[in-house]
Amino acid sequence: MITCPIFFCAYINPMAKIKYIEHNGKEHSVEVQNGFTVMEGAVQNGIPGIDADCGGGMSCATCHVYVKEDWYDKLPKKEMGEDDMLDQAYEPKSNSRLSCQLIVSDDLDGLSVYMPEKQV
Amino acid sequence: MIKTDVVIVGAGPTGLFCAHQLGIIGLKCEIVDNLDKIGGQCIELYPDKPIYDIPAVPECTGEELTNNLIEQIKPFNFSFHLNDRVQELKKKNEKWLVKTTNGKDFLTPNVVIAGGVGSFEPRKFPTKSVEKFDGKSVLYSVKDKSIFKDKSVAIFGGGDSALDWAIELSNTSKVSLIHRRDEFRGAPASVQKIKELNEKKIINLFTKYSIKDVKGNGSLEEVEIQSEDGLSKTLKTDYVLGFFGLIMQLGPIADWGLNLDKKAIPVNTENFETNKKGIFAIGDICTYPGKLKLILSGFHEGALAARGCFKYARPDEKYRFEFTTASNTIKDRLGVK
Repeated sequence: MITCPIFFCAYINPMAKIKYIEHNGKEHSVEVQNGFTVMEGAVQNGIPGIDADCGGGMSCATCHVYVKEDWYDKLPKKEMGEDDMLDQAYEPKSNSRLSCQLIVSDDLDGLSVYMPEKQV
Repeated sequence: MIKTDVVIVGAGPTGLFCAHQLGIIGLKCEIVDNLDKIGGQCIELYPDKPIYDIPAVPECTGEELTNNLIEQIKPFNFSFHLNDRVQELKKKNEKWLVKTTNGKDFLTPNVVIAGGVGSFEPRKFPTKSVEKFDGKSVLYSVKDKSIFKDKSVAIFGGGDSALDWAIELSNTSKVSLIHRRDEFRGAPASVQKIKELNEKKIINLFTKYSIKDVKGNGSLEEVEIQSEDGLSKTLKTDYVLGFFGLIMQLGPIADWGLNLDKKAIPVNTENFETNKKGIFAIGDICTYPGKLKLILSGFHEGALAARGCFKYARPDEKYRFEFTTASNTIKDRLGVK
């Protein structure tokens, strides 16, 4: 039987630390609950730089982020349609992702995402 | 000058149902939308995607929802002003003078903003240097294709618009097509055609390239493109066309003197009026404690805003609440027996 309250709490409510880095270099580190998206983590914590106009429907490309190579390869691969939307994003690069498609899990603990200069 | 009871800004589901509610209570309205079709985000972003949370409709697509809403307001014969955008709101006596980009004027006691996240505008190039050519030799849509005859045109993008125009213009112009990756999201037949035209050297295809800079003294002369690994090429060109889809922008709404909370307009939840008398906001664009960005919330907001409009449109009449099943007046308005 697990009784340690701290461990128990972490067990029912697991979080991952995500670092959001604005284009001007300003960093925001927040804990985001597993199962939420990186986009939702930004919106819920009032972090500027992610617009998410369509609310996570992969329909607008305004939650565009860059992910450094080492992390990029560890992320779940893009599903159909994400690259099509990224074509329309502001300055897409080979390490671009839509943050609404990145679901937070233990594997993403410590992830850093970089915001583009702007979303539109 | 068109005189009406209400001008609705935005022909998405929320605006359409608000129009229905206005019709039911006997008011007239005019509906303005920047898109060339009715339906807002439902039609522009997800016409084929299913929606599961419309009350009493277990599943429908954005297009089906739109068509049903259009059907529902047919009896009222309201006018739509598509491909047009409300630019300016000015107070005139106790009413609002509403001016559109296409030069239409409305005089109305009520304006209902059902603008979603704003109006759809083409996404532009990120490069600063293109701005001075914007609208002249750097374009985001084609209005008159004859201007490209015997000219060099650099087309950017990987969707149907980019492919279709590359194919079409290759008949009479020297076309380069530039896309940031190898895959295209356009129709497979168009992609095939592009590849053939490239092999026959009728068009120049550059994949894994994007725009870096444009140059020209007065008129556009060159466009510089760059690959991911920093390789750059310079193409001589008379025109640059960009097809990167549409983006929602708040646009002129931000200049109407309304309170704004981020990109949303705060309203009261009694009648969804903003800080300006006679201007209401409903749907995704409004905000209040507990706001949910659901279509069904937009319907509720539209119904209440319509009653709010009644007060200013018929100041001498008393609003009478009636059910559609029981009221002969409403049945007359709907043209049913």
